[in-house]
Amino acid sequence: MKFVDEYRSEEHARAFLEAIQRTITRPWTLMEICGGQTHTLLKFGIDELLPREITLVHGPGCPVCVTPIELIDQAVEIARRPEVLFTSFGDMLRVPGTRSSLLGAKAAGADVRMVYSPLDAVSLARQHKDREVVFFAVGFETTAPANAMAIYEAARLGLRNFSVLSAHVLVPPAMEAILGSPDNIVQGFLAAGHVCTVMGYREYEPIAEKYRIPIVVTGFEPLDLLHGIWMTIAALEEGRWGVENQYTRSVVRDGNLRAAAILEEVFEVCDRQWRGVGSIPLSGYRLARAYERFDAAARFAVATETAPEPSDCIAGLILQGRKKPNECREFGAGCTPEHPIGAPMVSTEGACSAYYLYGRR
Amino acid sequence: MKDKNMDTRRPDSAANHTAVRTAPNAATAAIPASLAGGPVCPAPALEEDAIQMAHGAGGRMMQRLLDSVFLPAFDNPALALQHDGAFLDVESGRLAVSTDSFVISPLFFPGGDIGSLAVHGTVNDLAMCGARPLALTAGYILEEGLPVETLRRIVGSMRSAAAHVGVPIVTGDTKVVDRGKGDGVFINTTGIGVVRAGIRVSPDAARPGDRILLSGTIADHGVAILSVRRGIEFGTTVESDSAPLADLVAGLLDAVGADVRVLRDPTRGGVASVLCEIAASSKAGLRIEESRIPVREEVRGACEILGLDPLYVANEGKCLVIVAPESADAALEAFRRHPLGAAAAIVGEVVADHPGKVVQRSRIGGARIVERLSGEPLPRIC
Repeated sequence: MKFVDEYRSEEHARAFLEAIQRTITRPWTLMEICGGQTHTLLKFGIDELLPREITLVHGPGCPVCVTPIELIDQAVEIARRPEVLFTSFGDMLRVPGTRSSLLGAKAAGADVRMVYSPLDAVSLARQHKDREVVFFAVGFETTAPANAMAIYEAARLGLRNFSVLSAHVLVPPAMEAILGSPDNIVQGFLAAGHVCTVMGYREYEPIAEKYRIPIVVTGFEPLDLLHGIWMTIAALEEGRWGVENQYTRSVVRDGNLRAAAILEEVFEVCDRQWRGVGSIPLSGYRLARAYERFDAAARFAVATETAPEPSDCIAGLILQGRKKPNECREFGAGCTPEHPIGAPMVSTEGACSAYYLYGRR
Repeated sequence: MKDKNMDTRRPDSAANHTAVRTAPNAATAAIPASLAGGPVCPAPALEEDAIQMAHGAGGRMMQRLLDSVFLPAFDNPALALQHDGAFLDVESGRLAVSTDSFVISPLFFPGGDIGSLAVHGTVNDLAMCGARPLALTAGYILEEGLPVETLRRIVGSMRSAAAHVGVPIVTGDTKVVDRGKGDGVFINTTGIGVVRAGIRVSPDAARPGDRILLSGTIADHGVAILSVRRGIEFGTTVESDSAPLADLVAGLLDAVGADVRVLRDPTRGGVASVLCEIAASSKAGLRIEESRIPVREEVRGACEILGLDPLYVANEGKCLVIVAPESADAALEAFRRHPLGAAAAIVGEVVADHPGKVVQRSRIGGARIVERLSGEPLPRIC
C-alpha cells in the first residue's frame, strides 16, 4: 500500500536499529506521547528490537483514557433522556462510568449511535428535527478542529437541536505537568505527529528550552518511530536540547493555520480534569462565548453521582510514564479488557490495553 | 419467480461423493433434478405488499405466504409435503450438523445479502467438519411491515445459493414479530452433512511442524459490511467474500485429505480468534508472518483508516487449514486450482515453543503475541 509500505520496510528498520545501536552509550528513558505510537511500537515489536539501554514509557496521549469518569457519567445520563439521540466515536462507547457505559445505556434503551465524523452528527440533527442530537466531542488537538467545524456548521445552519459535550484536552500542558513533577523520569519526548500537524511545534520550543530536553515530532509508522528514537538518542548523547521534526511529510512549524483559526473561533482554553492525573491548568477547550448555546452540559442539567477511582488502579502513574502497565499488580489478573479497572485498559489506544493485546505480560 | 442471479451449476465433485445414497423412495430422491435448474413456476400473487402479523398466525394468510414466496423458490418434494419435518436417507458413516443464525444489518450489502449468507454460513460450517452438505433447514423471523418484495429477493438469493451448492432446503419455519421487535428479517439455518470417510479434522489436532494455510485474502466481509453501515459509510469497491466453501474443501481433501489436521472458517473474530482457539485446544504454539497474510490493498487501506486490524475482521468465504508439513505444497496447489483459492498462501507454522500462544512476526521483523478479541472491534477516534 502506497505511503504505508515504504514506512514498514524491514531493511530500513534494520538500518535504523543499527544506527541507534552505534549512537547509544548509556541508558536513556524516552516517552512517546500518543497512544497510536504506543500501539505501533508494540504491534510491530519495536520495543523488543531496541537496544536494552532504551526504556520507553508511554504518555498520556489517549483521549479516551484521560476523559474523567464524571464526564462519562454525564454522557450516560444525557443519553438516557428520551428526547436525546446521543452520538459518539466508537471507542468512547464502552468506557465504563460509575454505573454504566454508553453501550450499557444503549442496551437499556437509550438511542446511542456511533459516528465516524462529527459532521455526521450534524446531519443527524438536520434529519431529526424533533430530537436533541448530542455529540460527545472528545479528543486532543488532532480531533478538535473537526469537532469545532461541526459546531461552526451547526451555527451556520441555525440548528437548535444540536449540542456537544466537550471533553477536549491539550498536549503541551500535560507534558509540562510531567516534566514539572519531582518524580519525572522522562529524558526525551517523541511528540505526537498528528497533534503537531494541526498545531505546529512552536509551543513546544519554550518547553524544550525550560526543561533542557529534546522533543522530536514523530510520526506513527514503524520507520517514523525508529527514526524519531534515533534523533532523540543522538540529541541526548550529544547533550543537545530543542525541538526537531522527524515527521516532515506532515508537520510544519506553524501547523495548519486554517485548523487553528476554527479552533480559535469556536473554543477557548480552560483548566481540565485528567482521569488518573488530576487537574491541569489551561489543558482543555470549552466552547467560546459565541457558541455557548451548543454546550450540552448546560442544556441538559443532569445530576450524576460519581464514585472515586478504584484505589488499586495505578492509571495515573502509567499515564505519567512513572510505571509500566505490566508493573501493576492487577494487570492481566483483576484488570483485563473484558473487566477493566482503569481507563488505559478500556480504550484500544490505552497503554494497558496495548500491553495486554500484544502480549507484553 | 424472477431471479437474475440464478445459478444452476452443480459442483462436479458432488457426483463423486459416495457417502450419501439417496434412496429411491425417499423424499430427497428427486431434489437434485429440481435444483438443477428446471423452470420455476410463476409464484401466485400475494395481495399484501408488506408482512403482517397474520402471515405468521398459521391461517390462510400464512399459507398464501408459503405458497407465494417459499414453496416455489425452494421447490422440492420434501418441502412440498408440508409435513412437520423432513426425512433424509443416509447409508452409513458420520454425520455432521451445524446451526447458525443471521442477524446482519444492512440486509443487502456489496457481494451478498442475508439470504446467500445464511446458506453459505452453514454450508461452510459443515465443510469445516469435512462434510458435504446433505440438506438445510431455514427458520425465518420476519418483522411486521417487511416489504414482501424484500423477502422475495432474500428468498430468491437463498434459492440461488443453495442451488449453486446443490443442497436442498427441506424444512422451514416462519414467525412474525411486532414492528420494532426485529431488524426486518432474521434467518436461522441448520445443515446436516455427511463426513467424508477417513477425514478426522479437529481443532486440537495441530502438531509442531504443521503448516498454516489461508485460502485467500482476509477481512473482505467485515470491511464490506462496515462500508455500508449507517454512520460509517465510505466509498469502496470492496465486496463481501461470502461464498460456499464445500467445493474448495472437497478439492483440498481429494488432494491431501488424510493429512489435514484442522479446518476452520474464520468468520466473526477473524483469523486471529481462530488461531488463538486452535493454539489453546492443541496446546501448541502458532507462528504467523504478517507479510505472508493475503490482504487486498483496499481492505488494508480501509482498516488503516478505521483503526482495525485485518486479523480480527470477519470473513465469510475463507478457510484456514492446518496440514502436515509434507502435504503443505500439495494443499496450496489444491487451493490455487479453485477460483475461490487463487490467492491462497502458506502463512505460518505450528511450533513447539510458546504452547497455547499465537505469535506474529511483523513486517519489520519484530514479534508480538496475537490475543483474542475483547468486545466488538470499534473504529478509533484518531
